[in-house]
Amino acid sequence: MRAAIRVLLAATATAALAACATAEGSGDSARSASAYDYPDTPYPSTYQPYPGVPTALVGATVYDGAGGRIDNGTVLFADGKLVGVGGADLAIPTGYTRIDGTGKFVTPGVIDIHSHLGDYPTPSVDAHSDGNEATDPTTPEVWAEHSVWPQDPGFTRALTNGGVTALQILPGSANLMGGRSVTLKNVPSRTVQGMKFPGAPYGLKMACGENPKRVYGGKGRTPSTRMGNFAVNRQTWIDAREYAAGDRDDRDLAKETLAGVLDGEILVHNHCYRADEMALVMDMGKEMGYRVTAFHHAVEAYKIGDLLRENDVCSAIWSDWYGFKMEAYDGIPENAALLYQAGACVVIHSDSENGIQRLNQDAAKAQAAGARMGIEVPDADVVGWFTLNAAKAMGIDDVTGSLAAGKMADVVLWNGDPLSVYSRPEKVWIDGALMFDANDPQRRPVSDFELGQPGEGDVK
Amino acid sequence: MIRRTLLAATTALALAAPAAAQDFAITNATVATGDGSAPIENATVVVQGGKVVAAGVNVQVPAGVPVSDGSGTWVTPGIFATVTDLGLWDVGAVGESNDTTARNSPFSAALDTAPAVNPRSQHVLISRAAGITRAAVTPSAASSIFAGQGSMIDLGDDPQAVRRPRAFQFVELGEAGGRLAGGSRTAAHTLLRNALREASRFGEDSGLAGGPSRPAEVTTGDDIPIDPRLVESDAERATDVLLTRFDAAALVPVVTGHQPLYVHVERAADIRSVLGLRREFPQLDLVIVGASEGWMVADEIAAAGVPVIANALTDLPARFEQLASTQSNIGRMQDAGVKVAINAAAMEQPRYLPHFAGNLVALASVPRAAGLSWGEALASITSIPAEISGFGGQLGVLKPGAAGDVVVWDGDPLEVSSAPVRVYVDGVEQPLENHQTGLRDRYRDLDESELPKAYDW
Repeated sequence: MRAAIRVLLAATATAALAACATAEGSGDSARSASAYDYPDTPYPSTYQPYPGVPTALVGATVYDGAGGRIDNGTVLFADGKLVGVGGADLAIPTGYTRIDGTGKFVTPGVIDIHSHLGDYPTPSVDAHSDGNEATDPTTPEVWAEHSVWPQDPGFTRALTNGGVTALQILPGSANLMGGRSVTLKNVPSRTVQGMKFPGAPYGLKMACGENPKRVYGGKGRTPSTRMGNFAVNRQTWIDAREYAAGDRDDRDLAKETLAGVLDGEILVHNHCYRADEMALVMDMGKEMGYRVTAFHHAVEAYKIGDLLRENDVCSAIWSDWYGFKMEAYDGIPENAALLYQAGACVVIHSDSENGIQRLNQDAAKAQAAGARMGIEVPDADVVGWFTLNAAKAMGIDDVTGSLAAGKMADVVLWNGDPLSVYSRPEKVWIDGALMFDANDPQRRPVSDFELGQPGEGDVK
Repeated sequence: MIRRTLLAATTALALAAPAAAQDFAITNATVATGDGSAPIENATVVVQGGKVVAAGVNVQVPAGVPVSDGSGTWVTPGIFATVTDLGLWDVGAVGESNDTTARNSPFSAALDTAPAVNPRSQHVLISRAAGITRAAVTPSAASSIFAGQGSMIDLGDDPQAVRRPRAFQFVELGEAGGRLAGGSRTAAHTLLRNALREASRFGEDSGLAGGPSRPAEVTTGDDIPIDPRLVESDAERATDVLLTRFDAAALVPVVTGHQPLYVHVERAADIRSVLGLRREFPQLDLVIVGASEGWMVADEIAAAGVPVIANALTDLPARFEQLASTQSNIGRMQDAGVKVAINAAAMEQPRYLPHFAGNLVALASVPRAAGLSWGEALASITSIPAEISGFGGQLGVLKPGAAGDVVVWDGDPLEVSSAPVRVYVDGVEQPLENHQTGLRDRYRDLDESELPKAYDW
């Protein structure tokens, strides 16, 4: 399916090898050191919020990301932080710039839990293919942040068209253990350190199913089967447990990452399509002493919504991708709604430099598919699918993902209902700094790559 | 269970002989005719004998025609998806189920999708349930710049999917074409010219009606003359040919202008080169596919009268040939007078067509962006692709005489939350069940207290 279409059209190339995720976050070294003699976290975040002005958004419909909806709401932020969220009666302190949001909508910044921006940047040339260290089935030693090209134009589209303020960049899914992810603020920077989300935990990207066995089976190596996938994973975990139980004095980049998972400091983001495989993976976690934070893609998650709820595992999914590979054959548009009905955690993800620009629409599509089969999900909860639920699964929900006093002022003002195809971001603030304004041609990032090229600074 | 009864009834219907077209009328609906006009509220659509006989207000429903109340619904023509690979594959990554490409075939231009199309492909069924009633089906190029010949199909629940075989030839002339031709765009253009001249000569030899293309005067702009043997259709079949006989024969209708040539290019410069082909091959019936940078040369495309099947939401420089891509591409081309349809291949699935059209409407309220009106957006996935496909006035439009391809939606059809509730092809109401609806119904709950899920069907 998609391979053919890609040849034909080149335009929308998306990584067919949907990847999975791991998140990094510049773990704070003091915390790690307190647990054991863990090396200081290198490559620390140098991100600093840009200046903003105290702002009052008034008159808009506010979805707070946590399931709340306020009509004619007021959102206050200053010094990079949300100060207050309430109704029309919320007092606006002096010195705040008022922005009239009548007829418009406010949500938390959109968060994509599954992106390859920077490690599979555009232009999608071979020289930019930095997402899969496909030389060994387990590479927990690689870190996605060492592949991220901050000049990927995709970051700018995600901001201006998608309202994305934070995202997790994952290694690809060629490997059973693909490496560490990195969570970024979607703020342009000369360095990846300048984008790293301060304090965000790392993730470990894992993958089950077709990709690892195809990639390594095709090289005449193990794993070449699903049972091979598990055998390699289990032995790797057993070795990691031995390392973790020791003094950890000898540096071993791979085992340091796995020890971080066993310590609960690194979150497992597991690419997995089939229900039966997800059930096995959850048991592998129990056997080895870790838990999966989120299954990514999870097109069959609806078949085991009960298990996912009981194990407290999120499903990071598309609304309706299916059929492009055998393990995606049973994808259905009702996946999100059925999971919601089962009480399991839903996150809408993109795995695409195009889809990341329309996560809100994808969520709305999934909501509607549910409604047609009698599962009503309130709009305010659907907004949570691409804001707070993503933040939770990335371990950053204490500081972003919803509109609550004290959290980062990551805010989108939409020109209409974000669950409508007709709406677009009008303004996007990150830590209270206005990073995009549809009404100001200059308040739009242009990557180095696009300078002096046709279309520089266009609306895109 | 009720659902089982319904399914049983549907199955029986599916097994029955192809149903005859039903006469029907839908009243009190919001009707969008697909011709670019705005939707009409409280309107009526009448279909008789498989054809639309009326659409609009002040319509008298003829006596004897069953009427259904369309209050709260929207009615449009069926979506016309171009270009697609519908019916050519089951699972993309399962090679044996995928007939979109033929990397190891000795043939290229002769490859014909018509005998390969599977009307029962799940993607046909799923697309039908999404309101797509017609599609252009194209092979993808793999062994040559020529992908082969596309078909026009309907998505009706009957064995006869292909309605026009060999409807167009598809060729790659941008980055992909360069790779396929041996490594460069120069190779692609040379291969194309050689092929068209071989076909021209082959056509002359065949004595087929229509005759060969007659080259116009070719000037190079300087004092180096072109060897006349390269421009006068002089390829020798016996001694100097690159095309197989089948491939040469397949290109005869292209060079004579009897079969449209769909050319995939993205870059502005490549588009200009394609438009320039008509100086050498005046009878080429060109359609440009892709055209991410089309907006930069929109005036030239419009002047040439060449229609475009364009990428709608491509806005990243995924390839160097797409540096200037923007979601405003289609709006700007349309403003320049280009006939533009939304390219169904530039999205994950053809069923996203209405949503991509809706996104172009959204652009109309984005400062400095160029979008489409609602009516234009619907036309870009109905009447315009039908016109480009050679079915102007017959498909993709609700007007007297057009085919009774009608979709009744539960809301604004361009909105992501809307879906069809009834779909007709040639006046025949279609089943909307498929693998996905079966899974949905089975897993509506996870109750296995009596029997495993495998018994719930």
